[in-house]
Amino acid sequence: MKRGLAVFVILATAVLLAAGWLHAGGLKIRAERSGSTPEEAVRALMASIQARDWDQAYSRLDHTSDVPKADFVREIAGSDGSLRTYSTLQSFDIWPVHASADQAVLRVRLNWSSAVGSLAEVRDLQVVRNGDVWNVVWPKPNFAKIPLHVLPVNYLRWDVVGRRSDEWGTAAVDSPRVRILSMNAVERPDRVVIVGEVENEDTVPAYLNITAALLKPDGSVLAQQDSFDVISHSLLPKQVSPYRIDFPSARLSQVKSVRIDAHPLLVPASADPVISVENQSVSKDALGRTILKGALVNQSGQIVNIAQVLAVFYDAGGKAIWVSDGYVDQALYPQGPVPFAVDIPTDIAERMHDYHVVVNHYTAPSA
Amino acid sequence: MLLRILTSFCGLSFALLGAHSAAQEPAITAPKNVTAGTPFAISVVGQGKGTLYLFGPTQAIKREIEFGKDTPIAGSEASSAGIYQITVCAADCVTKVVEVQPAAPARLGFLLHPSRVPVSTPNAVNGTAIAFDQYNNIVITPSEITFRIAASGEKISEKTVRTVRGVAAFQMDSRPNQGTLEVTASLATASEPRVIQQVASEACGLRMTAAPSGATITLQTDPIRDCKGNPLPDGTIVSFIKVDGAGKSTVDTPIKKDRAIAQFSVSGPARISVACGVVLGNEITWGGR
Repeated sequence: MKRGLAVFVILATAVLLAAGWLHAGGLKIRAERSGSTPEEAVRALMASIQARDWDQAYSRLDHTSDVPKADFVREIAGSDGSLRTYSTLQSFDIWPVHASADQAVLRVRLNWSSAVGSLAEVRDLQVVRNGDVWNVVWPKPNFAKIPLHVLPVNYLRWDVVGRRSDEWGTAAVDSPRVRILSMNAVERPDRVVIVGEVENEDTVPAYLNITAALLKPDGSVLAQQDSFDVISHSLLPKQVSPYRIDFPSARLSQVKSVRIDAHPLLVPASADPVISVENQSVSKDALGRTILKGALVNQSGQIVNIAQVLAVFYDAGGKAIWVSDGYVDQALYPQGPVPFAVDIPTDIAERMHDYHVVVNHYTAPSA
Repeated sequence: MLLRILTSFCGLSFALLGAHSAAQEPAITAPKNVTAGTPFAISVVGQGKGTLYLFGPTQAIKREIEFGKDTPIAGSEASSAGIYQITVCAADCVTKVVEVQPAAPARLGFLLHPSRVPVSTPNAVNGTAIAFDQYNNIVITPSEITFRIAASGEKISEKTVRTVRGVAAFQMDSRPNQGTLEVTASLATASEPRVIQQVASEACGLRMTAAPSGATITLQTDPIRDCKGNPLPDGTIVSFIKVDGAGKSTVDTPIKKDRAIAQFSVSGPARISVACGVVLGNEITWGGR
């Protein structure tokens, strides 16, 4: 009797352990750790990247392409305070694109969770068969190689000195003068969006935020939002920035008018770095979405850690109809081009006649 | 605020009491008008003792007095201009009102706005001066404030404005040349200088030229000036836009030493334009026919 009870307890424990293993995704993990099919190879690579196990991830690559491990890790994990260094791979989705007996192409959508929100990246990965195992052919990262040289940087810098006095009539410095050049209320399926452009008309830099309130027919406020990060907050003299303010769940039919305010502040600023936006063009990406792509070139001598692209799209009448934004997860090294792409909604792409791109940037203070 | 309400309430109460008793004995002797900061005396006809209350705009005083003797009020106890109410109570209360008027102007409050102004802008500069006496009372007696205007590179001019209820204001156009604009407001011995900056206005006649340099072209603007010939300050952003076979390229570059410079690589014929804020410059067709 006692022996039978012991056998029962052992069996029950084994069953419970097996159930726990299955529940915890044991089968999935086992599949991810093997590479017996192209999908398993890619899944295993993504799982290693998700676990930030760079040795394991690198071991799953096909090494005929001769990708140095340091370059692979730098591309995946980021470097020099880039946005990727503040990101982790949250999830991924895999689709087969093409397959044969010895090689296959799979499309992977990587969903990164980053310091500025979630970022999606789509890659087509080639997978080759090596005996019983499939390995991912990782394209060799194309990091710009800049020869050693001296780049003189002598751009202007503005500092604000002294203390402000609250006594009436004492000499003070006014806030920068800014002007909202355009404002357009756009209805989207799930929201109302205010888009437009703002200019710093002054001769000093401005730190700017824009707030908008949707007003009901009776004059009361339906919703109030600000431009958050869809604006270039620091505007140098005569610089123009697009802005976008989202009102989730609002409908234009509820809105009688819009009240919009710019809030400029006088701040210290530097005219460095200068970032050019090169070879911009509109095309379709691997998922068939319309995108605006191009390359950012940091023309200054300091590394730009995080860059954000803001693109304003105009209709044939020159009216701003949409503002897209996207972060670049690589750091911008001096003189080296870094690709970017931002989405354009399908209906906007059909009406779009022209566009303008500006770059917002963050550079960590140097030691 | 609370003090004022309390003072008004007490003042009203004592006024009613005073009105009730005034018919019997109009006993307080005090000047009708006093200059702020000037000492004066209050006396009450009769014999015995009583309590003196002095309610002013900013303070209230209570003092035990002897009737038939002068009670001195120090200048510091009546330094705020306005209506003071004197109430003396013994068996009954009597009330009298004294007006304390501002002293001679001794100080000027001067606001010159804005701190930066584009050149040649009509009525863009405005100044407001308020005359105060040494006790910070607004001097409401009309007086003439002189504004001495000194713009860089111009002769000094003066404008005299008479105060209305203590305030003198003026408006003027900004000058056509950039630089400092110093305005000094003067009244009697008091003077207050203020300096604002007149800055270049929008770019005018923005023009660039292109020159090949290896595989790229270098774009350089002519010195960028406003319509009055003032150079736009360094750091002002100029946008260059190039459209060619490779797509569209843009760069926002700051002015350095009156000019903005940019470099682009070109793929085939290119169309290049330049803008500064909302001002468009010339357009160049590069390599086209």
